[in-house]
Amino acid sequence: MNYFNESLTTIHSRLVNKEITAKELTQQTLANIQNVDGDINAFLTVADEAAEKQAAQIDEAGIDADNPLSGVPVAIKDNMLTKGMKTTAASKILENFTPMFDATAVEKLRNLGTINVGKTNMDEFAMGGSTENSAFKITHNPWDTTKVPGGSSGGSAAAVAAGEVLAALGSDTGGSIRQPASFNGVVGMKPTYGRVSRWGLIAFGSSLDQIGPITRNVQDNATVLNAIAGHDSHDLTSSTKEVPDFTSSLNKGVSGMRIGIPSEFMAQGLDDGVKQTVLAAADEFKKLGATVEEVSLPHTKYGVAAYYIISSSEASSNLQRFDGIRYGRRAKDVKNLEELYVKSRSEGFGDEVKRRIMLGTFSLSAGFYDAYFKKAAQVRTLMNNDFAKVFKDFDLILAPTAPTPAYGIGEDVSDPMTMYMNDVLTLPVNLAGLPGMSIPAGFSKGLPVGVQLIGRPYDELTVYQAGNAFEQDTDFNQQTPKLGGNN
Amino acid sequence: MNFETTIGLEVHVELKTHSKIFSPSPVEFGDTPNANTNVIDWGYPGVLPTTNKGVVHDGIMAGLALHAQIEPTPHFDRKNYFYPDNPKAYQITQSETPIAHDGWVEIEVDGQKKKIGIAEMHIEEDAGKNTHEAEHSFVDLNRQGTPLIEIVSKPDIASADEAYAYLEQLRQIIQFTGISDVKMEEGSMRVDTNISIRPVGQKEYGTKVEMKNINSFTYVKKSLQYEEQRQQREIMSGGRIQQETRRFDETTGKTELMRVKEGSDDYRYFPEPDLPVLTISQDWIDQIQKELPKPPAERRKDYVNELGITDYDAMVITQTKEMSDFFDEMVQAGADAKLAANYLQGDVNAYLNDNQVDLQNTKITPDHLATMIKLISDGTISSKMAKKVFKAITKGEEPKKFVEEKGMIQLSDPAKLQPIVDDVVAANPQSVEDFHNGKDRAIGFLVGQIMKQTHGKANPQVINKMLKESMSK
Repeated sequence: MNYFNESLTTIHSRLVNKEITAKELTQQTLANIQNVDGDINAFLTVADEAAEKQAAQIDEAGIDADNPLSGVPVAIKDNMLTKGMKTTAASKILENFTPMFDATAVEKLRNLGTINVGKTNMDEFAMGGSTENSAFKITHNPWDTTKVPGGSSGGSAAAVAAGEVLAALGSDTGGSIRQPASFNGVVGMKPTYGRVSRWGLIAFGSSLDQIGPITRNVQDNATVLNAIAGHDSHDLTSSTKEVPDFTSSLNKGVSGMRIGIPSEFMAQGLDDGVKQTVLAAADEFKKLGATVEEVSLPHTKYGVAAYYIISSSEASSNLQRFDGIRYGRRAKDVKNLEELYVKSRSEGFGDEVKRRIMLGTFSLSAGFYDAYFKKAAQVRTLMNNDFAKVFKDFDLILAPTAPTPAYGIGEDVSDPMTMYMNDVLTLPVNLAGLPGMSIPAGFSKGLPVGVQLIGRPYDELTVYQAGNAFEQDTDFNQQTPKLGGNN
Repeated sequence: MNFETTIGLEVHVELKTHSKIFSPSPVEFGDTPNANTNVIDWGYPGVLPTTNKGVVHDGIMAGLALHAQIEPTPHFDRKNYFYPDNPKAYQITQSETPIAHDGWVEIEVDGQKKKIGIAEMHIEEDAGKNTHEAEHSFVDLNRQGTPLIEIVSKPDIASADEAYAYLEQLRQIIQFTGISDVKMEEGSMRVDTNISIRPVGQKEYGTKVEMKNINSFTYVKKSLQYEEQRQQREIMSGGRIQQETRRFDETTGKTELMRVKEGSDDYRYFPEPDLPVLTISQDWIDQIQKELPKPPAERRKDYVNELGITDYDAMVITQTKEMSDFFDEMVQAGADAKLAANYLQGDVNAYLNDNQVDLQNTKITPDHLATMIKLISDGTISSKMAKKVFKAITKGEEPKKFVEEKGMIQLSDPAKLQPIVDDVVAANPQSVEDFHNGKDRAIGFLVGQIMKQTHGKANPQVINKMLKESMSK
């Protein structure tokens, strides 16, 4: 089973109509992953017979006709805890870590009858934008296997793009769902900070991290977010706000909707194909009845600096628990406690993770805190205000997701600054805690290009509504990569 | 050269909540290592803390008891450092916005009253414990996440005696709120001190020396006294005080160097992103203010002014809230306040010491003890008889019933005593004569005779009076 011609609705009706059982579907999905993933490397761990057993149990209990996720295989980014299934965050330091419990988002999906078919590759601890920082393997872009899939949720996005699964969970700290969605021609939503529980998500930047769905179309995405959203008593930063049915306004169109395009997002070293894609999307929205105007987010230029200080500072603290004492890798032949710490962490972490730990540790140090961390927090407030001001007059913001389409494997790795600049268009959304979704909107040099729709806090409904209107009137999301020998 | 001393105290107090500050694990001691832990206490990947509202409540209560300002929107901060008993490698504490600040405690030394300022008071989590055995080290996380409040004094304490008085007052004040047992010997109260001296008149403080985990108030006092002298000797002999941490040796009574501090430790504090900022409404503060039990200082004032007991008695009774409440209930039940005070600091305290128990864990009730005191006051029993009655009370027996069953009722009725008095007077003419000759001992002999006949039940005061009357006729 590949999912190129499927949506959650079609696959679910086939399950309900018993054209296929959940067990057969799972078996075929696993078989397809076996066939395809050799070229893509989207998965770090593929489920075993336990997944088939779980599917068989769902068959036995009967597919729930009212629950579109019942019996559907999904994939999970490897930084979310899965009970009994290895969870490494693509790091050597957690190479053999098998969690005792499920992350809340994972548990919610499981309770709705989805079958977890495996854990997807990522940049180590979600630090990176190409999935090249994985300690274990390089994931290839299904549209051109010489290109990166983006990151850090590169495995999840590539798995969906390659038809290996219909839906996967990713996490997004500075663009890690949206940018790979753009690179792979799929739909990726980063919900409002607080919409989805972070319990069981291995923390990177705690004030920025958010779990979200990656799917082939907008409706499927809204369906998965319905399943994972909501307050969790384990996560006090998860919102107690009522969760609407995110599929409820999909067909309401964009007539009368006011959409702003931030001029700052269109200026900075944007690939021409990307720029044309955004302008074409603007025209499309106008055609559908929305008004589109230029707006300004003046503090965007400080975003990259503020983001890397805040996320790295939080990460430097969050990653201290990986000290070789309780779980994960412990260095051998050490003479004392300090050596145990230093050696375990030196051996366990990759270069990019070490770079960020050093950056974060420095930013929090006495004497530098005010100039770095505190200043970054102030910039964050200013960026929040920028967005709030725009959202007084506009319902949505339209912007490019990434400055370029997918680049070649190995191209960016040598220069961290170039890599960091790739996040310039996505990370303001994390700093402001807003919902942002990348949808397929065109191609540049044969590679998919996404545009980003950014909404008011907790207004994923409008984001989905506009995204669906665009998707219904275009065919970008129906195009599929040719797998095998396309380079 | 004359010196003045500046002392700072950092006091950690363990709160007796049912569960930990950021996880639902129980707060219990003495269990198997790591029995009272869960994934949050282990710092497991992916876990998040949740704030125990009871700890915030207790923090507000302590702040109010210390006359401090309550911060309306406090947040938590992370204090980062690596150690095996600190599984996240950061402690969740409060640095930027402590829950309470700018309070005070009033002390009295040599009849002089003085207010000692509280700079700040914050809530935080305790760490686990490391133990070492030959080749191995073990980590027990049962204590990890136990809620603490840390109370930091302003540099107002000028002597070891003031430090002692401050600690005693602080202990009492917290004890009366009921949020902690505040027992040094059980680790529910821990004291770190710092001390510096400077020539009188000098503006800048001298270099601070720190002393950690001294395990009794007396040792705190002794170590500060020693350190004050040592620093003076050092300076007078041309030396310099260096910034260092010292340890108090209880056997020698001296402090000794532990480690020299080079600069300050960098804990890289920053706001805890996993916990939202707390909102403390004025309504909540008002409600807690109402719940706050009457503080020991006010109780002492009332005891002295309204019940007429001595300052010293009032001091002893207000050692613990349980004792003070007990006293109040006894007075409420009609016991004479002075007698009640005497019994509490006499027989009751002796019993508690002998048996190493707290008052609330005995069978003694205020009602029973008040009844016994009333029996003494109205002459039903003698204070000698009361010894037996008290023993019965410690076993939970009702004193009136006990006295009746044992036939212990004192003979005080003159009508019943008169024939016995007459008999004894008639049978001992020699003693009567001695009495008339001014020999006081004679009356003692006659009382003894009456006691013999009444099996010790005669009220000695009554028969004394009757004998004198009888012989003066």
